[in-house]
Amino acid sequence: MGIFLFFLLAILCVGGVLGMILSKNQAHNALFLVFAFACLGGLFGLLDAPFIAAVQIIIYAGAIMVLFIFVIMMVNLEQGISPEKKKWTLGLSAVLAVFLLVELGLAVRGMLGSLGRTGGPSIGSPTELGRLLFTDYLYPFEITSVLIIAALVGAIVLVKKKEKE
Amino acid sequence: MIPVGYFFSLSIVLFVLGIIGFFVKRDLITMFMAVEVMLNAANLAFIALAKAAGSPAGQVIVFFVITVAAAEAAVGLAIILLVFRQKKSIKAEDMRLMKG
Amino acid sequence: MFWLIPLLPGASAFILAVFGKWLPKKYVSWQACLSVFASFGISLVSFFGLLKVPPGSLPVIKTLFHWIQSGSFNADLSLQLDPLSSIMTLVVTGVGLLIHVYSVGYMAHDKGYQRYFTYLNLFTFAMLILVMGANLVLMFVGWEGVGLCSYLLIGFWFEKHSAANAGKKAFIVNRIGDAAFILGIFFIFLIVGSGDFRAITGAIEGGAITQGMATLIALLLFAGATGKSAQIPLYVWLPDAMEGPTPVSALIHAATMVTAGVYMVSRMNLLFTLSGVAGQVVGIVGALTAIFAATMALTQNDIKRVLAYSTISQIGYMFIGCGVGAYAAGMFHLFTHAFFKSLLFLAAGSVMHALSGELDMRKMGGLRKYLPLTYPTFLIGAIAIAGVPFLSGFFSKDAILTHAFAQGQYFIWALGLMGAVLTAFYMFRLVFLTFFGPERIESHAKEHLHESPRVMTVPLVILAFFSIIAGYVGLPVVLGEKANLFSRFLDPVIHPGPEVHLGISTEWLLILVSVAVALCGIYIAYVFYLKSPRTPHRIVARFPALYKLLYNKYYVDEVYNAAFVKPLVNGSQVVYDNFDLKVIDGTIDGTAAATSFAGKVLGLFQSGLVKDYTLVLLLGVVIFLGYLLF
Repeated sequence: MGIFLFFLLAILCVGGVLGMILSKNQAHNALFLVFAFACLGGLFGLLDAPFIAAVQIIIYAGAIMVLFIFVIMMVNLEQGISPEKKKWTLGLSAVLAVFLLVELGLAVRGMLGSLGRTGGPSIGSPTELGRLLFTDYLYPFEITSVLIIAALVGAIVLVKKKEKE
Repeated sequence: MIPVGYFFSLSIVLFVLGIIGFFVKRDLITMFMAVEVMLNAANLAFIALAKAAGSPAGQVIVFFVITVAAAEAAVGLAIILLVFRQKKSIKAEDMRLMKG
Repeated sequence: MFWLIPLLPGASAFILAVFGKWLPKKYVSWQACLSVFASFGISLVSFFGLLKVPPGSLPVIKTLFHWIQSGSFNADLSLQLDPLSSIMTLVVTGVGLLIHVYSVGYMAHDKGYQRYFTYLNLFTFAMLILVMGANLVLMFVGWEGVGLCSYLLIGFWFEKHSAANAGKKAFIVNRIGDAAFILGIFFIFLIVGSGDFRAITGAIEGGAITQGMATLIALLLFAGATGKSAQIPLYVWLPDAMEGPTPVSALIHAATMVTAGVYMVSRMNLLFTLSGVAGQVVGIVGALTAIFAATMALTQNDIKRVLAYSTISQIGYMFIGCGVGAYAAGMFHLFTHAFFKSLLFLAAGSVMHALSGELDMRKMGGLRKYLPLTYPTFLIGAIAIAGVPFLSGFFSKDAILTHAFAQGQYFIWALGLMGAVLTAFYMFRLVFLTFFGPERIESHAKEHLHESPRVMTVPLVILAFFSIIAGYVGLPVVLGEKANLFSRFLDPVIHPGPEVHLGISTEWLLILVSVAVALCGIYIAYVFYLKSPRTPHRIVARFPALYKLLYNKYYVDEVYNAAFVKPLVNGSQVVYDNFDLKVIDGTIDGTAAATSFAGKVLGLFQSGLVKDYTLVLLLGVVIFLGYLLF
């Protein structure tokens, strides 16, 4: 059951990303991505991380993608921007991507088997995460809040139109 | 009971797909989305390793990554909007003020 | 309190330098003169205060702050007051004050009025630092400071090519001497470990300096003095320095700065006495300069140049005094010379002023009835310098010659005596050509012929007064052991060498010889230029080569030009053509071209496209990962 679910979600997720790459319509791209991220949330759930799975769906599929959709609607001048046309950029990047894939595969080849299997004792309960966030990771947590404030103010300042113009 | 290695392999595939997406697309917004795919591939790797290590610390990291990604998306999209106002275009090749 | 003496003119110079542009002339004059006047007042008070200080606690030292502290190299900004520096401060501020006042009239219509007084105040400041500095380093600061002011003031009318060149010449020639001087200072630091005068005295008295070392140091210091005090072989800048305004010639190039070398030698008298050889060199150079410069003065027609050569010659006398161990006599001559030489210069300036800037004596003559105040004061100065009894120059010059004779330096004595004849002769040649005889004034100058304003004549009268009486503080020993107040006042600083006493009759005889010599010189001048004015022409006709040699100042300038200046200029040109233009410029141009080329090449990678940059990033990641794996 579990392994079936994994392959289903994995294929859907990869398919969503591929759809994003292949589709020319920006709005469709965003929707493909939402779909892929939702599948990823399911995979998080399989990995004993229910809280992160929920956060993934709420923040990525909900908040961030809505933001993307907004921006797409604001700048949507031309329908469909065709893929990259410069041959050598495309070719070189493809070759390099394959190289990277091979290298990463080689890098993790020996250790994949030793990672164990899912199941066993539960580790990702929201209680446990909350405890960690407010004890061991208190400083990063607080600093993150400052970062978000800065990003918020920054985004507003950037986009706001100057009154006199 | 699924081997955790499967998840890890999937994260590698997703990461490379993100790279390919970044190079194939020409509009800034979709390129930005490809970057998000790479971020999420990394998240998946973190969570898989957290499970393998039996420690929730990896999940906390992912929590932070998601927060930072949210902030990054807000600022990044604001910049794209600004660029669009200036250039009336969101094609990556139209931005080359830094040409030497 | 005495530390204010240099600071007041310094502060005034600073204010004039910064705000002078916006200050009215009247205010500038008052501030410049009053600052020097205040300095003079303090100098007088300090002088009388110094008389009450017991000799054991001299010098009085005021340390303002620690100036340099670098390892074992220490120098304080400290000023000292002892009899020697006290006399110098009195001369500098006293004569300086009169010349400041005179300048108010002389420079009244110059457009660089504020600049002039800035420099003059600055000079006073630097000169006072020179004479009051309690260590060699501070003294050197003053030494260079007066050199700078001298350069600035010689080239004051820098629009004139000759003035700018004269300034440069003075600066460069002085540099040669200064290099030797600073070497001497380094040697002293090496041996004594301090530039403090008390420490140096202690080291010499403690036997820390060997005689050979003392000779080396003393000769280096004296080389510095030959530059500043215009002695052979570095005197060539002083005649050219007459391009500056006349009051400057009076103050800097007659009364004060050029005598700094004499002051310095007197200050380091222990060293010169210890060396012996160095003292001998000083005496001989002084004597040679005295006679050499005097012969050059014989044929000059420029009134200021005659005075310039006369200054060189008189400073030679001062060095004779130092060289034969009679430092007090040398200082005494410095003291009296300051009065009568600045008087002569100022009076000459007054003559120039009256004749609309005419300098050539051949275009003067018969001026005595037009210049009722300038004439008598100039005459007093001439009599004083000629060595006629009862005026100041007589006492000081006689003291020097007597000491030379007493020390057995008959050669130096004879040269000095010959110089005295020549001095009397050329000074009265000057007087007779300028004030007596037929009028040879050009018509346009005659229209404006007038006596100078009161602000210029009053300093002349005061200086004339001092030219007469200044000698009475240093009467000859024949009039009593205690007659020489000046020498006794200096005793705490001047460490007396072996005292040789002459018999009373010998001394009287020497005085008579001096007097006879002076009167003889005057009489020859009278015969040559008043009684039978054709005599000089006949002599010139008889000895044309000699006349030409003298008229061209022994061709020293030409020789220096050929020996030093030309090779230097030519060598510099070669270096400029080959090294500067090719190597240095080539390196710089090459660097620029290489940078520009590299920029162009590297610019090819900067496509401005975000994907290209990311591609390079990806390439880097792939390579790095590959490196980690394999």
